[in-house]
Amino acid sequence: MIREAIDGENPDRLYTVTGGRSRADENAFDLVTLIVSESDPAPGMQSEHAAILRMCRTPVAVVELAAELKLPVSVVKILLCDLLDTGRIAARHPSASVVRTPLPHPEILKQVLVGLKKL
Amino acid sequence: MDSRSSEVAVQAPPRSRAPLASTVNDALKIVIVGGFGVGKTTMVRAVSEIRPLSTEETMTGAGIGIDDTGGVREKTTTTVAFDFGRISLNERMVLYLFGAPGQERFWFLWDRLFAGTLGAVVLVDTRRVADSWYAIDRLEHHGMPFIVARNNFGEPEHTLPQLREALSLSDDVPLIDCDARHRASSKSVLIALVNHLYALSTARETSP
Repeated sequence: MIREAIDGENPDRLYTVTGGRSRADENAFDLVTLIVSESDPAPGMQSEHAAILRMCRTPVAVVELAAELKLPVSVVKILLCDLLDTGRIAARHPSASVVRTPLPHPEILKQVLVGLKKL
Repeated sequence: MDSRSSEVAVQAPPRSRAPLASTVNDALKIVIVGGFGVGKTTMVRAVSEIRPLSTEETMTGAGIGIDDTGGVREKTTTTVAFDFGRISLNERMVLYLFGAPGQERFWFLWDRLFAGTLGAVVLVDTRRVADSWYAIDRLEHHGMPFIVARNNFGEPEHTLPQLREALSLSDDVPLIDCDARHRASSKSVLIALVNHLYALSTARETSP
């Protein structure tokens, strides 16, 4: 079952980036929570934090940040917790993960259909 | 506008896409599940407004024991990679499409990654039908609504009813043909899924 270690990434880098922490509050961010900067990068700020603030001048999903920064999603969540705690970002959470119903509301699905048909 | 050129030197890693509108505030998920090489990324690319991106999630051994792992005890880390793209639906909503491997270890991460997913597409390669059994079983286990799409390039060997039987797929799960290389065909797969979800959702709304 456990076939691969995370050997594609340098563990030292992951340790440094997160300041040695291994877990973010898992519930704080969904894969598609949209992040928006509330401030500009400040001098002396950790480079990953600064990069996130620059990227999120328009909304960017957590998973896109992970892909662009080439970091695992869980590491990006830890970085985002820091920025959220200090008020430097705002998080727009997906409505679907808040509701926790097995099926989305028909009204939402109707809007999805309209959007898809325009493709 | 005029401040833009001075920012170039401090830009973040290059973003391979059009930025989302600043008004977008709700993101939705659809997952395309299928075996290696079945055409998940091809389908994502066919409809996505950005070049498909790839990322990974890791999980340490502490979270693994919740399912049957055959007596793994030591602390281990496992990594699952997945692709994704996106479609802006309107000024407020964006849909993320994930191409996810159907292999066993992936399902340990389902709840963490794909809680709140609208629904799933199981993409089937008819030469490897058995690959899809596990995915269908797991989606049912997670209570995730889905449709099945046969990625069909060329003359099909079997009819759809034959495939439905081979997959032991119940009649209320839509089964369609598609060509993941083509935008119109991939789009119609997504529409078929959302139509299915809509039917399920309205049936629930009107049931006592």
